[in-house]
Parts: sequence; structure tokens; C-alpha cells
Amino acid sequence: MVQLLGIPPQALFGQLLLGLINGSFYALLSLGLAVIFGMLNVVNMAHGALYMVGAFLAWLLMTHAGIGYWPALVLAPLMVGAIGLLLERTMLRRLYKVDHLYGLLLTFGLALIFEGIFRHQYGVSGQPYPIPDLLKGGSNLGFMFLPTYRGWVVAFSLLVCFGTWYAIERTRLGAYLRAATENPTLVQAFGINVPVMVSLTYGFGVALAGLAGVLAAPIYQVNPLMGSNLIIVVFAVVVIGGMGSILGAIVTGLGLGLLEGLTKVFYPEAANIVVFVIMAVVLMIKPAGLFGRER
Amino acid sequence: MTSQIGAETGVEAGVRAPAGTGARTPLLVGAGLLLAVAAPFALYPVFLMKVLCFALFACAFNLLIGFAGLMSFGHAAFFGTAAYVAAHAAKAWALPPELAVLAATLVAAALGLVFGAIAIRRQGIYFAMITLALSQMIYFLALQLPFTHGEDGIQAVPRGMLFGVIDLMDPLAMYYSVLAVFLAGFALVWRAVNSPFGQVLKAIRENEPRAISLGYRTERYKLLAFVLSAALAGLAGATKALVFQLASLTDVTWQMSGEVVLMTLLGGMGTLFGPVVGAALVVTLESYLAATSLPVPVVIGCIFVVCVLVFRRGIVGELLARWPK
Repeated sequence: MVQLLGIPPQALFGQLLLGLINGSFYALLSLGLAVIFGMLNVVNMAHGALYMVGAFLAWLLMTHAGIGYWPALVLAPLMVGAIGLLLERTMLRRLYKVDHLYGLLLTFGLALIFEGIFRHQYGVSGQPYPIPDLLKGGSNLGFMFLPTYRGWVVAFSLLVCFGTWYAIERTRLGAYLRAATENPTLVQAFGINVPVMVSLTYGFGVALAGLAGVLAAPIYQVNPLMGSNLIIVVFAVVVIGGMGSILGAIVTGLGLGLLEGLTKVFYPEAANIVVFVIMAVVLMIKPAGLFGRER
Repeated sequence: MTSQIGAETGVEAGVRAPAGTGARTPLLVGAGLLLAVAAPFALYPVFLMKVLCFALFACAFNLLIGFAGLMSFGHAAFFGTAAYVAAHAAKAWALPPELAVLAATLVAAALGLVFGAIAIRRQGIYFAMITLALSQMIYFLALQLPFTHGEDGIQAVPRGMLFGVIDLMDPLAMYYSVLAVFLAGFALVWRAVNSPFGQVLKAIRENEPRAISLGYRTERYKLLAFVLSAALAGLAGATKALVFQLASLTDVTWQMSGEVVLMTLLGGMGTLFGPVVGAALVVTLESYLAATSLPVPVVIGCIFVVCVLVFRRGIVGELLARWPK
């Protein structure tokens, strides 16, 4: 058996794939956080909880309504987005005029409520979610075995990330959005309904989290606490990348996922903390983050 | 930045009219002290000690958010680390309680120096996220390091003999020791807030560029405030470890960091007594909820949401705002 740096290639590529999948989730989640932060100046602490809600909605649709993976992939994010719209309209909106930290505190409370409700209802043990028939099995690439579903998750996440980047950076709607991020008053004066845009931005951002939840459901078990530890890593990712740039969020998310995978191969004890260590180092060297601007 | 945290509650409360200058404040403080001395004869001492530990923890947190405008979302790191160090020192090294607590406080201060040096490089929301991420690192370390005993935690920590003469296994002796620790910590916070150092912190909170232009090296002030806050949080955690004879993973989770934020928010950010009131309320509520079937996180989350939406001054802040001047 050929060895790479003393590690069998199967193990190396296996961990790299796992890292890539985690990285896809980091990218989707930090992308949503960055979009929301850019427009609302709110760090959405409820992001991890809404990711969990997305996964649970898919599971609930499956077990109680017999609705399968493919419809759930559309329905669950839409429902999470609708929850987001409701939250923004009824609560977050009242906090735009006070310190931004209150937005963080409000969404933290919301995260506790969501997680508490699902934990009360379903306990902490995970609920299994089957892989859809179309994506079962895998293929042997010669140097490693690639389960089809995992390949799909990576490819689809990348597609969604790129689509979001394109929509924000290259379309007219995206231009309005970016303009409103810079100067909402001026954009409103041009006749664009900024408050509606803000609501939709929050809805879209959390819908991305819901989508990540549905994608994650067949890989990890559907668990009320699945989002709470993940979201802190995503915060570290966001600090490393800097919140200013959409592309930065995507690249940093994927890169750190891969790095985490590599750490699992070479020094497994540090795999849990490697992202936080990198965050500390980046802050010492470049406080604004790799892709960020000081502001 | 429009209206800042702390500024909203602090200006008319503990800041422009520092506690201790009003005519009725000594009376209130005296009554509170009498109440604290008499309390263990009416209430369960362990419950009271828990309130005191968390009150000190919340005061430490409030020193940062209320008076320096720095929102740390990772204070459980200091609280929990100190609990582990104190428990390990008292159990494995058989140190007397005063040395175990001192060692734990020093470790928390050192950790605060490292975290503070990293975190004060960013402000506002980023500061909160960085402290949260760093404290999560401590959580994973506590999960993996051998001396913390993972999920079990350090159990059956001996309380020992204070200064070699006072047996802390006696609930009353333990209670009055904890009360003394709390009062010392609270006095330190009060002193810091009403000192020139505290005034500079408030200047930084209100307008950092102006403080810099006046010649203050704001980074150093913020770092010192952070270390002080971390040390006091550590003191609270170490005391808690001796009271419950236990240091566990719960003490280092981000939920614990969130809890101290809630205590301070509920009581009143930027007021001296707010965190004490908030801690007493939250601890009481939790021990009450433990006997019911209501899910605690949901209730806590609802209080958070209500506080943030309609009650941002907190209880003490609201009272001070309405009290006739």
C-alpha cells in the first residue's frame, strides 16, 4: 500500500472529504451570517438553531407528512426563511436604533428558545434521516471511495454559494442590496423600499442556514443541539475571514474545513481547537480578518 | 453607533452619581449587609452561597460591559477554569482552601491577560464573537485534558480548613467565608468603578477616539479592565467549586457565559447592584424551575427576549431612572 507522509491515502482523502463537507456547511452558514450582518448589523446568534430547525423540519415533513428529501430541500428552507421574516418583522426591527449588541443578545435568547423547545419535545438523542434513493451508493475513484451523497452535498453547496455571490455582486437586485448596506437613507430616497429589503435579507440569510440543515440531516443525525457547537466554529470562521466579503466567507469556510480534516489525520487531539487557534493567530497578525476591511 | 450599551442604563444610575454619594445609600447598604448576615438562619445556606458566587461572577462581567462597554461572551472560560484549578489544587495537591482559591484566581487572571490581548484588537460585536470562540477552545480543552476528568468533572473536592483553623465543612462557616469573598470582590469593583481608572474606562466607553486624543492609551486600560474582570470571575468560580465540592464541564460551556449575561441584563447593566439582583433572581428562578416540568432554556430564552425588547435598563436601572432625584 502506498503511503503519503506516513498516512494511508484512503484515510487522508477520507478525512479531507469530511473536512470539505464540514467546510461546505461552514461556508453556507458564514455566508448567511455575512449577508445578514452586512445589511442589518446583527450577528445572528440564532443561526445555528435555525440550521437545526431546518434539519428538523425535513425530518418532520418526512415522518408526519411523508414528504421526501427533494421537496423538503425546497420547503424546509422556505419555512425557515418565513420564520426569519416573522422574527425580523416582530422583534429585530425594534433594535436597529440601539447598540448592535442588543441584536446579538436577542438572537441568543431566540436560539435558547428554539433549542429548548426541540430538546423538550424530542430529547437529545438523534433522529436518523435516510439518504434519498437517487444519491445512495458511491463510486470508487481509484485513490478513495466517494459516497454519492457526500459528493452531492459539496457540489450543491458550492453551487448555492456561487449563486449567492453572483446574485449579490453581479445583478441589479444585488447592487441595490450593496448600496443599501453602504447608505440605506440614500437608497430609500431613490424609491427603493429598504425595510422590505432588510426583512428579505434576513429571511434569505436564515433560509441558507435551513438549507444547510436539510443537507446535513442524512449525514449527521437530526439532533436539537446539532447547531449550537457548530455555530461557534462558524463565528470563528467569520472572524478569520472578515465579514466584509462574500467570497471571503466562502473561501475561508471551505479552507478551514479542509484544514480541520488535515488536523484530524495528523494530530487528532487538536482537531476541535485548530480553528480557534488559527483565529487567535489571524487576529494577532491581521485584526480585520483575511478578507476584511477595518471599520 | 447610536446609543451604547451601558450608556443607556449607566448614565443616570451608578455613573454620574456614584453609589455611596447619595444620602440613603449607606442605609441601603447597611440593611443589605444585615440581611446577608441573617439570611442563613432563614434560607438554605448552599442556595445563598450559589447566589453569592453568581452575584460576584455577574459583577465581574458587569465591570466590562457596564463600565468599559466591552461585551464578553466567554466569561465562563475564566469561571470554569478557576473552578477546575481550585478543585484540582484542593484535591490532588491538598492545598488549603485559601491557597487553592488564590492559585485559581491567578490562573484566571493570566488567562484573561492572554484572551484580553487577543480580543481587544477588535470592538463591539467582533469582541463578543472572539471571546465566545476563545472560551469554546477552553471548553474543548476541559473536555480532553486528563486532569479535568472529562464528563465526570472533579468530584468530592475537600473544602478543607480555612487558614488551618476554620472547618469549612460547617455550612455557616462556609457561608460567612463566601460572604467575605463576595464583599471583598464587590468592594474591589466599587473601588475600581469610582476611581480615576474607572472614569477613564467610562470615557473609553462613551467615545474611544476622544479618549485616545486626550492621550490615554486606551488599549492598556481595556486590557487591565479585562484582566480584573477575568480574575474576579475566576474568584467566583473557585469559590463555587469549593461550595459545591465540584468542578464540571457545565462551568465552561457557552450557556454559562450566556447566563451571566442574562443576570447582568436583567438586573441592570452599568449599575453596581444590578448584577447582584439579577443573579439572585436567576438562581432562584432556576431552582424553582428545576422542580417543575417547564424546560429551563425556553424560560431563560424568553426572559432574554423580553429584557432586550422592552426592559433594557434592567430592574435596578429602571428603579434608579424612576426614583425621585
